[in-house]
Amino acid sequence: MTFDVVGKPLQRVDAVTKVTGRAIYADDMLLPRTLHTRILRSPHPHARIVSIDTSAARRIPGVQAVITGADLPIKFGILPVTQDERALEHEKVRYVGDPIAAVAATEEEIAAAACDAISVEYEVLEPVMSIEEALVAPKDERIQDYGGPHNIHKLVALEFGDVEGGFKRADLVREDVFFFQGNTHLPMEQHSAIATYVDGRVTLWSSTQVVHYVHRALSRVLELPMNRIRVIGAAHGGGFGGKTDPFAHEIIVCKLAMLTGRPVKCTLTREEVFYAHRGRHPVLMWVRTGVTRDGRITALHFRSALDGGAYGSYGVASTFYTGALQTVTYDVPAYRFEGCRVFTNKPPCGPKRGHGTPQPRFALELHLEKIAHELGLDPVDLKQRNFVKPMTRTVNWLRVTSCGLDECTERVMTASGFKHRAKRPGHGMGFAISSYLSGAGTAIYWNDMPHSEVQLKVDRGGVTAFCGAMDIGQGSDSVLAMIVAEELGLRPADIRLVTADTDTTPIDLGSYSSRVTFMAGNAAIEAARKMRVMLIEAVATKLGHAASTIEVGGGRIGDFSFEQASELAEARFGTLTSSGSYTPPKIAGPYKGSGVGPSPAYSYSACVVDLDADSRTGLVRVNKIWIAHDVGRAINPLLVEGQVEGSVYMGLGEALMEEQVFRKGLHKWPSMLEYKSPTFLDMPEVETFIVETVDPEGPYGAKEAGQGPLLPVPPAVCSAVYDALGVWVDEVPVTPEKIVEALRRKDKGEPARFGPARFPSIPYPSTIKVEPPPKDLDRAAAASI
Amino acid sequence: MKQEVLRDVERVVLALNVNGERAELLLPVHKTLLEVLREDMQLTGTKHGCELGECGTCTVLVDGKPELSCLLLPVQVEGRAITTVEGLASGSELHPLQQAFAELGAAQCGYCTPGILLSAKSLLESNARPSRDEIREALAGNLCRCTGYTKILQAIELAAGRMA
Repeated sequence: MTFDVVGKPLQRVDAVTKVTGRAIYADDMLLPRTLHTRILRSPHPHARIVSIDTSAARRIPGVQAVITGADLPIKFGILPVTQDERALEHEKVRYVGDPIAAVAATEEEIAAAACDAISVEYEVLEPVMSIEEALVAPKDERIQDYGGPHNIHKLVALEFGDVEGGFKRADLVREDVFFFQGNTHLPMEQHSAIATYVDGRVTLWSSTQVVHYVHRALSRVLELPMNRIRVIGAAHGGGFGGKTDPFAHEIIVCKLAMLTGRPVKCTLTREEVFYAHRGRHPVLMWVRTGVTRDGRITALHFRSALDGGAYGSYGVASTFYTGALQTVTYDVPAYRFEGCRVFTNKPPCGPKRGHGTPQPRFALELHLEKIAHELGLDPVDLKQRNFVKPMTRTVNWLRVTSCGLDECTERVMTASGFKHRAKRPGHGMGFAISSYLSGAGTAIYWNDMPHSEVQLKVDRGGVTAFCGAMDIGQGSDSVLAMIVAEELGLRPADIRLVTADTDTTPIDLGSYSSRVTFMAGNAAIEAARKMRVMLIEAVATKLGHAASTIEVGGGRIGDFSFEQASELAEARFGTLTSSGSYTPPKIAGPYKGSGVGPSPAYSYSACVVDLDADSRTGLVRVNKIWIAHDVGRAINPLLVEGQVEGSVYMGLGEALMEEQVFRKGLHKWPSMLEYKSPTFLDMPEVETFIVETVDPEGPYGAKEAGQGPLLPVPPAVCSAVYDALGVWVDEVPVTPEKIVEALRRKDKGEPARFGPARFPSIPYPSTIKVEPPPKDLDRAAAASI
Repeated sequence: MKQEVLRDVERVVLALNVNGERAELLLPVHKTLLEVLREDMQLTGTKHGCELGECGTCTVLVDGKPELSCLLLPVQVEGRAITTVEGLASGSELHPLQQAFAELGAAQCGYCTPGILLSAKSLLESNARPSRDEIREALAGNLCRCTGYTKILQAIELAAGRMA
């Protein structure tokens, strides 16, 4: 297969608007007579609201409307099973920052003053601030009135294959406990939304990753049919998962626009962005693995406990994800997973790059390193010995198609010289691998619609592609333009795009779970090929030639320019439109909970980290990172590299410094200065290798690029620290004080380790036993539930 | 009460020189340069990330030196030459830095890009061929969450090479 456009490192289609400051982000918009909104938020982590008095606020000149939870009582939430949020809460607040009231005023300062003038009487309740506290009876009352016992939100227990037998067969059984601290997305752009209400129709421009989910939530809470609501994605200043839920401020500006009849805008402050959160769950993990003497895994038992914060968000899915993908990298013949998510009085956690899988990946990679050391085996060899094979099904029914783990490992091993590294004091190298979804195989809410649709229109030589996907900076618009251009023999610049607008674009489930290139890409190919057939047929008829003789490329269809061909086709067929859609295959396993984990294809990564660690100060200096990523096929290698480098950066931040922590119910550092993230000075050189395995189902063989390469970085850092200093830090972030403490313990003859001492006792339900599937993959056979 | 505070805002007439254009504005004295650029002059290319001087997103040039517009009051920069991202290109011709950023994918979401372009412009004016470490040092105050910085470093080096 040869390509004219695909595979070339082309400039993004939005590059010029972005480098000239002309991209219009939500907060750049100001419509005539716009009112500004501020939101009053709870100062208490846990309290009942006794009364709210807004009368003084309403009297302030310039205040146009004040609303409370009584104005927006209908609950919503991203998952159908956890509709537990209100845009404004009038009964009970569950974290510091929970929205209570909102003011629309002619100036933002007036709105802020009006918020200050609202008096709220609280009955303060004892907050629950940790996993351990959530597992026992609360002193006052539970945070949510569902789930349980106590403040447990969700419990799950699944078993695949003969786990007990697997452990019996093992020559070594090892248990370890790990902790992955929570952290947040920290997009450079604060969430922002602006709404109008004209003639019974709401229009919202928002910084969101998923216009469709916002659309659904607005319809529910505002009690308007979806055809009276239009949601448009403004230019997007970064999401990383943090703008995937529908948010309170989006609903609030719509309601205020309906009440005032004027445009209403709300941009969160940086502090509020930390409260909106939905970031990485803090997860405590216990893992037990049986291996043979030569390092083959015989059974794996994994337990997770997620600190979910105050609301459901994506939490049920996150919980399943902490147990789903362990088997996608290593061939595990028998697997047991027990997961638990708890409610705490903190901002809700949700999906952040890698959604629920970086934490177990961290635990599993380090755990296997320890096993290798205990067996006296080389950790890389041990891992490699257990790699999954392409075209197989895992014990938990996940379908693995293409898999470039061996090649990824080979590339980073060779480039880094890992196996021949010279030992010098304080220097270490670490290795880890990972895998991630190319889009979730099942939708968040059950429906039979396609997950993505693309429509094309050709008119007077111009091509317009309509797609609901949101370019959040990852370059999905550019990928769409490249695919359509490839199929129609044009250049990406020839393609006009209309994206992320619920009035004008067909359904797409948005920019999350690394789904856009795979799903919208496949839909775009289908739409473009249909269009191509019409163009070829019109030209062939005109020339009296067979359609098979007509070549497409270089802006020409046969002997005609694209513009001439489009006129011929329009004369023959009428208005030239075509459409394509993509629905993932029904490949989920036959058990409850099987909807989380299946993906039409998995990406694979391997990573080596080289660092120096100071045994006196615990300071870590990362010298270089090598990363190889199996992207199936790089539709645009420049964008793939950008996604891989950005993932490595974010993984390094999580490994070394980023943490969302709380003290006495308060977020400890809701600011960009105190919430540490890597700067130019902290970022080492990254050498990226793109591995192409050409997936049978991906568009041109492409798989995901934007999340998977984050995952191996934290465990590779920890394993390099062990290589450097001989101590394990079994939790992230790996801060200097943890290293120093581990070294102190080592000097005292205690276990040379810093990390959680134990895993709590959790009332997991009895295990659902699932028969494993036949191992060899029959792609034709559906395993539908 | 807050009502009185709001009523008694002190305002001042200031002449600002932004991208070579002079504008006279009546402004509340406490309004930051960032707010004035975005809200009173419609120069929304300058972004805000924290409004506390922590992220570098709102960087503009004042007499050629990078400054955080969220920490400046217009009264401090009256009569001085302010450059924002809108002032980088000459007509439709991109500045070499903009060109290099576009070509190499140094802007992903693009939100930090205006500030980084301006910090880089100032660096290249004082140091035409900076080393990679000198670029890192000069840009250490500008955060980016998308790129991992790699493509930005490459783009600045490419632009420096073309400008030299």
